[in-house]
Amino acid sequence: MEGQIRGYLWPKKAWLPRKTAMQKEAPKGLARTPVLTVKNISYYYGSKLALDDVSFEVFPGKVTALLGPNGAGKTTLFSLITRLFDAPTGRIEIVGRSAAEWGSRALEPLGVVFQQPTLDLDLTVKQNLRYFAALRGLKRNDADERMARALDALAMKERIGERVRDLNGGHRRRVEIARGILHSPKLLLLDEPTIGLDVPTRTAIVKHIHALARADHIGVLWATHLFDEVEPDDDLLVLTRGRIVARGTTKDVVAETGAGDLGGAFRLLIGGDTEEDIAA
Amino acid sequence: MKPMHYVRAFNGIVWRELLRFLQQRERFFAALVRPLIWLIIFAAGFRAALGISIIPPYQTYITYDVYITPGLLGMIQLFNGMQTSLSMVYDREMGSMRVLLTTPLPRWFLLVSRLFAGVVVSLFQVYVFLLVAYFCGVELPPWGYLTALPALILTGMMFGALGMLVSSTIKQLENFAGIMNFVIFPMFFASSALYPLWKMREGSLWLYYICIYNPFTYAVELIRFALYLEVNWEALAVVTGCLLVFLGLSVWAYDPSFGIQQRKAAAAAA
Repeated sequence: MEGQIRGYLWPKKAWLPRKTAMQKEAPKGLARTPVLTVKNISYYYGSKLALDDVSFEVFPGKVTALLGPNGAGKTTLFSLITRLFDAPTGRIEIVGRSAAEWGSRALEPLGVVFQQPTLDLDLTVKQNLRYFAALRGLKRNDADERMARALDALAMKERIGERVRDLNGGHRRRVEIARGILHSPKLLLLDEPTIGLDVPTRTAIVKHIHALARADHIGVLWATHLFDEVEPDDDLLVLTRGRIVARGTTKDVVAETGAGDLGGAFRLLIGGDTEEDIAA
Repeated sequence: MKPMHYVRAFNGIVWRELLRFLQQRERFFAALVRPLIWLIIFAAGFRAALGISIIPPYQTYITYDVYITPGLLGMIQLFNGMQTSLSMVYDREMGSMRVLLTTPLPRWFLLVSRLFAGVVVSLFQVYVFLLVAYFCGVELPPWGYLTALPALILTGMMFGALGMLVSSTIKQLENFAGIMNFVIFPMFFASSALYPLWKMREGSLWLYYICIYNPFTYAVELIRFALYLEVNWEALAVVTGCLLVFLGLSVWAYDPSFGIQQRKAAAAAA
């Protein structure tokens, strides 16, 4: 069906490169080896504090939801993890590689879907994905196979030859997600990837990403301010005014606050901050 | 990082720029029409009034349209360099610059590859212009078309690096047209593109001094000599030096640790 994403499990053999020993083994114990470690990160825009001593970890096979209102610091945090800015304090490690020490090479196991659309509108879906595959050093044949599978799983295979300009917002998002996982990343960053999408498409993407994380053992950091995108078993970080005010599994965080649901817990945790308060 | 990763990324960046260029036919025609108007209309008028005496690298008297051709090649490349910078500002606004900058390759390599992609596009325009100029009566030594290639790559890189530097200082796409006029026209007119420097000196000493401090003058002279199978070492040194300075500043401006991009984000948030 056009609006739905087909299947959740990726065809394993050809789609994924050889798995590391760590991934092949039962992930139980090793699942606690983080794919992303953020330690004591603070960041200022001029004199304005955007992030205040933020520390957390993201583990393989898990979706970690970064929940926060607009202006909480989510995009700044993503800019630091992706090295669009350098972190002046603290430490960021991606699969054990410190961004400060490894520089751009630390980004190798990273896939990103930015909040802002980043596709080239004048190129076709295929041309966009081929360009990205080339940036990631993938061979042309390998890239073509991967993109066919990724687009098929996202119900976008038929649109591979269309110009991105001619696609609607939901389809463009799917292409961005396909691009984010094209090189089989170990860590996937999603910065509010479902903004502006209708509910069925959002639901399908949320399910797809969760299934992908489990099946391919990818650690996912998902920035959002939409409660229905967070599942009870997801790891949860609540960020407000640049500080993490709660962490744990979603159900634990909800239970600890005594609220009936995540929305109530979130309102309690951010202390009645409105988006305007935070922006001020 | 494997060497093939660099090769594939470089190919990918050049290929994308070519695809974008081929889809923007207006850009191609605009790039050609501008110098052709100078060659066919402007130079034809001046041809009757001006003859250029024997100055290196020419070994005989030449017509004005022959003299002006290297300057028009420089003009194509200068416009293309600025177009590259416009494209980078556009990419930044549209977000696609983020995809490039989050690639696990050194940032200097990504920027140089982007720069070179712009040069490939400009070379295509330059050779089409030379073909049209040939049919308009501008004949160059046959080997000159080949020996000019390294000079054109170098000058194209210099203009691209200048454009990249300009792009790093522009906050919004809307500001671009003003900056572009501010850079392109003074550089083009205050150079040896339209008149030999000795004639400029006779006409206006201060303009002459502006011309000899203008990197565009040296780019034009490098191309001019290369078209006649000669090397103007002074021009080569200046163009190479300017390329290194512009490129160094661009890489610095796009560096996540201390570049202009970071300061812009700070200004936006403040």
